[in-house]
Amino acid sequence: MSGGPTVATFLGADWQTLADAVGLGGIYALMAVGIGLVFGVLRLVNFAYGQLVMAGAYSLAFAFERGWPVWIGILLCFGVVLLLSIAMEWVVFRPLRAHSPAVMLVATFAVAFLLQSIALIWFGSLGKIAASLASLNQPVTISGVDIRKISVVTTAVAIVGLLVLVLLLARTRVGLHMRAAAQDFSTARLLGVRANRVISSAVLISGILAATVAVMMTVQTPLVTPDFALRDTILVLAGVVLGGMNRLVSATLGGFAIGFASGFLGGALPTDQSQYLPSFLFAAVILVLLIRPGGLFTRAGAQAVERV
Amino acid sequence: MRRAAALFELLAPALLVVLVALVGTIVSSSTETYVVAALVNVAIVVALYLFIGNSGVLSFGHVSFVAVGAWAAGILSMPVEEKPAIMPNLAGFLRDTTVGNVSSLAIAAGVGAVYALIVGLPLMRLSGLAAGIATFGVLEITHNVLRYWEKIGPGLNTFSAVPETTGLFQAAICALIAVAAAFVYQRSRYGRLLRATREDAAAARAVGVSVYGQRLVAFTLSGAVAGLAGGLYVHFLPINAESVYLDLTFITLAMLVIGGATSLWGAVVGAVAVSAVDSFLAEAENGVHLLGQTLDFPAGTRIVVVGALMALVLIVRPAGLTGGRELSFPGPGVRRLLTKFAP
Repeated sequence: MSGGPTVATFLGADWQTLADAVGLGGIYALMAVGIGLVFGVLRLVNFAYGQLVMAGAYSLAFAFERGWPVWIGILLCFGVVLLLSIAMEWVVFRPLRAHSPAVMLVATFAVAFLLQSIALIWFGSLGKIAASLASLNQPVTISGVDIRKISVVTTAVAIVGLLVLVLLLARTRVGLHMRAAAQDFSTARLLGVRANRVISSAVLISGILAATVAVMMTVQTPLVTPDFALRDTILVLAGVVLGGMNRLVSATLGGFAIGFASGFLGGALPTDQSQYLPSFLFAAVILVLLIRPGGLFTRAGAQAVERV
Repeated sequence: MRRAAALFELLAPALLVVLVALVGTIVSSSTETYVVAALVNVAIVVALYLFIGNSGVLSFGHVSFVAVGAWAAGILSMPVEEKPAIMPNLAGFLRDTTVGNVSSLAIAAGVGAVYALIVGLPLMRLSGLAAGIATFGVLEITHNVLRYWEKIGPGLNTFSAVPETTGLFQAAICALIAVAAAFVYQRSRYGRLLRATREDAAAARAVGVSVYGQRLVAFTLSGAVAGLAGGLYVHFLPINAESVYLDLTFITLAMLVIGGATSLWGAVVGAVAVSAVDSFLAEAENGVHLLGQTLDFPAGTRIVVVGALMALVLIVRPAGLTGGRELSFPGPGVRRLLTKFAP
């Protein structure tokens, strides 16, 4: 941003960077919830989550190219992502449910590459533009500080989305079932929780979150390529592990923290320092796995990791 | 008889490697490139097998050992006068030293082993999902550092001007060394102990096996083999940091899973079979004539097919094509047949 004569600063970074970092943290928090929900019921780390976002982004680009109104594009995005989530659950997750988490991780790794290459075949490597919401990149002025609208919108959407989710998990029957299944799947089944229904609802909700993320991410990065959201997924996975996979709250906090950190440090540090940011993030992940395997934001003693 | 059966465990994969190399001698030079690539893949997949297959612990990090091996061999074997053009910021010692082909491969193996040992010291305590994610972190960190740190390599540049010594002969020899190393290891006390921990960690610990120690031994050895494979790779193609990252991790893991992760035979079969499919599809992406038809697949078909194959194998036949078993010595029926015709 060009900036006025006086640029307000926070810890050496301007408010714009800070707002962008909060926005990115919000997006990552939503992705973390999407990954954490499925992990809770299936013990499956979905490496292919980013490809759901990618598919949503391509749907938006598809609608934009044809000049369809924004709401149709968003509708298409949700439809495609939900269909793909359900297909993924049916074709891959369900047959692999009995296998170890490591095998499932490898399988979703394969699915991620598969989907990415399908996108490459269909749409080419050059990328498509999805700019129907580009007006959100305009700044608004809040008490003398210029902030891009999208940062405000993503923050708001993330807060609302998380609140709705909390209500869903705390107040509804299916939410209760999901929490029970995440605690102890076999006991929950013994007590009458239907496994397939719980898993399907977790997958559906995580699909809705992926579609939401796709809409907001295309505003930030309108160029949609086959590796859209791949880097973000890797970072979110790191964040989820950092925060603690076993509880949704800690996973979400971890996702937000890593999004905020990479957005803020990426904007505030000079390039020759910020380019090593992924190394520090992953070193932190490894350190947490070794020292505090339950995650940073969990109570001590919560052991998520078996070790020798 | 038991000794013969044991030897067969080595001979079957070794013969397959030799056979592949022999195929390479009779085909056109453009196809020969694919054969060499297949042999390099065999070395990488055998390295993966050495650790993953014997320990049952997932690792996404082995391609980083391939990467550091490639970096070591590539930097040290590039002629001194070529270095400033490609790697202007190289540190002093690396800038002024050039070693021969064989020594560069040995150094690659050594660097791979040391790096694996350093990484393994903390990480071998982890199992299951945590091991998968932590080793993925190692891959990310290694890629990130190699990509930007120009004191120890070309950074974003490509390793051009490295002598392209990896032909059929060198690739076949190194693949055979990898197979032999894996065989010796799996027949050794260490290999057996590690497989015991894979089958039942608690029982193995109860009889005094150090799960951590045994995993560390295998990790270091497989790091050496992976480093060697990296040396081969950099002498084969002008690679860069992207060549030894996610795509290679995916394709080599796919090879191991498709072949069968728990046997040396499976690793070699998987590497050869997937390489064959992969190179056919790579040709088809450029247009190929087959049975009077012109096949012209769009770019990306290879990954789609290999990814689908991998997912399919995981769902339908999780032990892989070979069932994760070594090729068994010809059974009594075949032996009777042989003695019948023997003079």
